[in-house]
Amino acid sequence: MLKIMLLGLLMLAQTVSAYAALNIEIIGAGAHQIPVSLVPLGGDEKLGLAINDVVTGDLLRTGLFRLVDTTGKSPHDVADVNYSDWQLRGAEALSIGTVNVLPNGRIEARFRLLDVVKKNQLVGEAVSANDGQMRAIGHRIADLIYEKLTGDKGVFSTRIAYVNRQAKSYRLIVADSDGYNEQVVLKHNEPIMSPAWSPDGAHLAYVSFETGHAAVFVQSLLTNQRRAVADFPGSNSAPAWSPDGHQLAVVMTHDGSSQIYLLHPDGSGVHRLTFSGSIDTEPNFSPDGQTLLFTSDRGGSPQVYSMPVAGGAAQRLTFADGNSFSPRYSPDGKSFVFAHLTGGRFYIAVQDFQTGQVETLTAGGWEKKPSFAPNGKIILFASEARGRGILATVSSDGRVQQHMFTQSGDAREPVWGPQL
Amino acid sequence: MKKLVISIVLLNLLAACASQKPKEMTAAPAPAPVAAAVAAPAKAAPTMVDPLNDPNSMLAGRSVYYPFDVSAVQDADKPLVQAHAKYLSEHANRTVRLEGNCDERGSTEYNLGLGQRRADGVKKMLELGGAKAAQLNSVSYGEEKPKAAGHNEAAWEQNRRTDLNYAQ
Repeated sequence: MLKIMLLGLLMLAQTVSAYAALNIEIIGAGAHQIPVSLVPLGGDEKLGLAINDVVTGDLLRTGLFRLVDTTGKSPHDVADVNYSDWQLRGAEALSIGTVNVLPNGRIEARFRLLDVVKKNQLVGEAVSANDGQMRAIGHRIADLIYEKLTGDKGVFSTRIAYVNRQAKSYRLIVADSDGYNEQVVLKHNEPIMSPAWSPDGAHLAYVSFETGHAAVFVQSLLTNQRRAVADFPGSNSAPAWSPDGHQLAVVMTHDGSSQIYLLHPDGSGVHRLTFSGSIDTEPNFSPDGQTLLFTSDRGGSPQVYSMPVAGGAAQRLTFADGNSFSPRYSPDGKSFVFAHLTGGRFYIAVQDFQTGQVETLTAGGWEKKPSFAPNGKIILFASEARGRGILATVSSDGRVQQHMFTQSGDAREPVWGPQL
Repeated sequence: MKKLVISIVLLNLLAACASQKPKEMTAAPAPAPVAAAVAAPAKAAPTMVDPLNDPNSMLAGRSVYYPFDVSAVQDADKPLVQAHAKYLSEHANRTVRLEGNCDERGSTEYNLGLGQRRADGVKKMLELGGAKAAQLNSVSYGEEKPKAAGHNEAAWEQNRRTDLNYAQ
């Protein structure tokens, strides 16, 4: 059912945002798009237009909004707003305001979101940022609009991490949710895998092969200081943070096969959790920190299992045809997303814990490594298009997809960062 | 004379490299002319060639191949692994790195585990055949270093592999 709907919506809307570090294409649209008018901020008009581009891009990428033309009208103050103008144009909400550069160099925007139908203010906020952080202001305004009009928390101000592979060069990259503000965390000529954000967003754990085999490192994004926290013979991989940030689950093979261990983020206190003799990998903590999801082939093929973090029996969760990999809890803990390999294709799917019902969200392809945005409304995953590895997102109802193309090389191993 | 032997050995090494691909291993007619060409120099200077560098030897094969999602050494490759075990047991100073690889039909992390299991399986068989643990180091690259590109079986069968890389 969902797949048919998605096909119907394919190519309905397609927008390409230029000049991005990642080029973004949007496929599909939400069921009920909210008509909104975004008047570029007044004051410093050049800055106002630049911020408006960021807000527009953020909102359009969700597929949940339709832009209503602002031509000929540019109120910046509530007193200048003639609500009937906007009602005639079909807008339900209107954003206005001003932006200025303060004497100390900071950018300050005063922004209001108005309900055109009820003729009142939904939200008003002064947002300021350091010189050069214009995009951060745009993301903050987009978050406020999204939150007021959809009831869900915005995730435009959050960050993502991924690996860019170009020939034999590997770069671990952290970027804004729209791909801008790329920061290279690590670069070398051996593979990098499985970046994982600490809950406070200050550290990344990841797998690097720079010592000749897979080892787990933890690196500060503030100081760039890093240390190997799991570097035993064989492979050390698949780091996952506990929700309180006090523990890492990692996978190590030095006891015979890929097994899950707990340790502290400084590498101390190693404690073995699984004893299967099979491949147990890709641990992911439940939001309450009590349960782990993981992939295991203990039943003969790779499937998703869960077990208590305190230790104990594992329970198999996926039973569909084919193999299931890379489980991750939804932020509300009610479902999990995973990569489902069947009939030679990978699909991104979500399974409800209570009903066991599986919803396939994508049309299938080389789709791997899904992770939820902090608001649970969007899923980021690795895909492939035009022969290149790309980042892709799908809304949690499967209606809207985006493809994000890096300028060169293959984008792989994406993961959405926390809400700060 | 010496120069000639070296150049012939080099030629033979190239021929051996070419015949390492699994496709050519299964093509029956191909190996015959190669074998004929190397016969003479091998007899002419038998003591000059480390058996490891003898393109005629079973030891010239440095890769073990697998079916999908399988980590056990297949019957066809067991003689090769056993030959390396014997060589290692007779050359205690040699060390070898076992590198497990996978095709892309799994998650990257699952494949890392599968590649490690492949490499560890070869390691175990080498130890049973007389090699010492200290001579062996097993690692996995999972699907991170594919030898062949492409979403097809021709590429995948090249990538499901454990390589035996001797230290120089």
